Amino acid sequence: MAVPVEIPVEKWMGKVREVTLGAVPDEGGTRSHTVTVGGETMLPFLHFEGEIPNPPRIAIEIANRRPDDWSPLLMEAWGDVMDDPATWAKAAEEAGADLILLQLILTKDGNEPTTASDASAATRAVLEATGLPILVFGPGQVDADNELLVAVAEEAVGERVVLGICEEKNYRTIVAAALAHAHLVNSRTPMDVNLAKQLVILISDMGLPLERVLMDPTTAGLGYGIEYGYSVMERLRIAALQGDTMTQQPMLVTPGYEAWRQKEAKVGEGVPEAWGDWRERAVLWETMTATALVESGADILVMRHPEAVKRVKAFIEELMGK
Amino acid sequence: MALTGLQIYKLLPRTNCKECGYPTCLAFAMKLAAKQAELAACPYVSEEAKAQLAAAAAPPIRLVTVEGPGHKVEVGNETVLFRHEKTFYHKAGLFIRVRDTMPLDELKAAVQAAMGFGVDYVGMDLFLDGIAVEAASGVGQTFQSAVQAVREATDRPLILIADAPAVMEAGVKAAEDTRPLLYAATPDNWEAMAALAKEAQAPLAVRTPPLPGEDGGGSLGDLAEMTEQIKGKGVQDMVLDPGVRDPIGTLVTLTQLRRLALKKNFRPLGYPIITFPGEGATDQIDEDMLASQHIAKYGGFVVLDHFTPASIYALLVLRENIYTNPQEPIQVQPGIYEINEPKPDSPLMVTTNFSITYFSVANEVDGSGMPGWLLVADAEGMSVLTAWAAGKFDAERIAKSVKTTGIEGKISHHKLIIPGHVAVLMGELEEELPGWEIQVGPREAVDLTGFLKLWHP
Repeated sequence: MAVPVEIPVEKWMGKVREVTLGAVPDEGGTRSHTVTVGGETMLPFLHFEGEIPNPPRIAIEIANRRPDDWSPLLMEAWGDVMDDPATWAKAAEEAGADLILLQLILTKDGNEPTTASDASAATRAVLEATGLPILVFGPGQVDADNELLVAVAEEAVGERVVLGICEEKNYRTIVAAALAHAHLVNSRTPMDVNLAKQLVILISDMGLPLERVLMDPTTAGLGYGIEYGYSVMERLRIAALQGDTMTQQPMLVTPGYEAWRQKEAKVGEGVPEAWGDWRERAVLWETMTATALVESGADILVMRHPEAVKRVKAFIEELMGK
Repeated sequence: MALTGLQIYKLLPRTNCKECGYPTCLAFAMKLAAKQAELAACPYVSEEAKAQLAAAAAPPIRLVTVEGPGHKVEVGNETVLFRHEKTFYHKAGLFIRVRDTMPLDELKAAVQAAMGFGVDYVGMDLFLDGIAVEAASGVGQTFQSAVQAVREATDRPLILIADAPAVMEAGVKAAEDTRPLLYAATPDNWEAMAALAKEAQAPLAVRTPPLPGEDGGGSLGDLAEMTEQIKGKGVQDMVLDPGVRDPIGTLVTLTQLRRLALKKNFRPLGYPIITFPGEGATDQIDEDMLASQHIAKYGGFVVLDHFTPASIYALLVLRENIYTNPQEPIQVQPGIYEINEPKPDSPLMVTTNFSITYFSVANEVDGSGMPGWLLVADAEGMSVLTAWAAGKFDAERIAKSVKTTGIEGKISHHKLIIPGHVAVLMGELEEELPGWEIQVGPREAVDLTGFLKLWHP
């Protein structure tokens, strides 16, 4: 006779907001389909107590030109397509991307700053090369972000592009551009539950509907503080499910960037022998950073290496019960 | 889980005799619940109440220990579902599985390679916990020889895997004078296994097959029934294997087990859990992903089927990260650190006192072979970007550490290299530190070697 076991089931009041990226021709865009994220009514993949209507999605990060500081392994994986954002976008789509993230680099080759028209041209080229919804991120310096992203917003009017990085220092400009041209924003704050919530409030106060806001709580790579980001995400998701409406945005995180800037992934020489094979380690570093984050509540993972993308995608499918 | 004041009150005589020193039994119960009083202060409490209160004070997840002559692993005794609620206490034990069908010399070599693995991570030496030996041969003598060979190759704890009690008995004999985990009691063999575990004073793993298509509840009932029966035979230390192997099954079932223990104080399932990620995986990376889930979400012993340094390093690091106490950021002492015997004309770099940041930078400079002064500013244990965003690594703080550490007296130049991520601080810093030249270094530590090669005083 089995002992009766009553499984504790959490009755959550709240639900993660659904956010739809991209717009098809009927909606004023040119995407072949849209992608919706969010909508969860339970903690990640605990199917016995809620719904997860939309699986976590993977955005592959490409850039408007070949980046200078990416690992040789990434250069090798993508090859010549990195010289042209349109070709790169197509290759990323073939590698299994659900979304394309176009990263604008601060300078062109030769140290000239990337201009607004460069950013617009790259955005246009990517939009024409792929039917997937896109995200466009600025270089991460407030002035440059403002200049380039406003131009991107104009160029891609109606496409429901996610504009980033929208942070405390520049959210007014980015949100205004999103409002004017029917886009979304990625609200990024440095690893803190209250700061994450506060910026969503500020963005909402400007009149941008919350159905157009992603929340990027910032995370870190495996070995370099991933536990901080992991716990902030768990806390944000619990707050969302408890009904705190300003934490109910789907979460975007960047395990590709975080893993590949660490020595474990980036370089193969001058490292301890105990670190093992470089290729195995590098792909694993991104893969394990991403899986830890998807299990702590990520809705969009921005990734870099095609093999890691494949792995994490398959793992998500299993977690979704497919 | 501890009882509330009201629950304790119901176990007291409720006579308000005041002999305990408190005005009422309820007041005394509240003090007991807050652990500010001792039950012994009540002269009239019944033996039955004493036993109940003692049982309630026991941890909701039993602490289970396995031990070899050279290493001990304790798992269980966890108190929270999420690390931010307090912390996770006892790191999941990571074991490598070998089988007794391997030739003994190969077996020994494999064990030595895995147990000889060590890696430095932010000043800590990380290594695997032990070896799981499986009686794949099904022959007692073969198993016994294999366990002996493993013991000759390592002094770390063992997990003995055998289905037949007679085979297990042979393995236990070879593991004499250690405290192995016996895996596993099943519905078919539990009585004999329980007797073995009791005799050997070793913890016993308990496995039930999962029911297909169930949400876990049914099979957990079977598991609970078995632990109760085994406990009835005098075995206290148990480890659970609910039989699930796939990523969704382990996530759901291990979460349910942790919740049952912590939220329901459900004793029959209040034990640590053992997992075998390789059995739910198609290859190495698959196993690594699943193992990483088990480390983060509620595995007590994680038995791996591959020993591959790249994977082991990543898993050991993840385990360190997840089990870091969130209430205590890992910091290093602010101040001046000398790397490779710096001279007055060696470069001066500044970074924060978050230990991961410090070790990334210090290891890089050290590895470059070039001498340097590393100034570690007090940024309250945050990394460069986080500290900068939080105002804990600004021009004022950096200038203060330059002035207060006396670094000026040790160097012959006035050049300070700041992390590339905080290049924006350059102007302000030049105002705070008149006469100094502020140089912007690379954004990531990994690029420091190249930077230092080009540096000159």
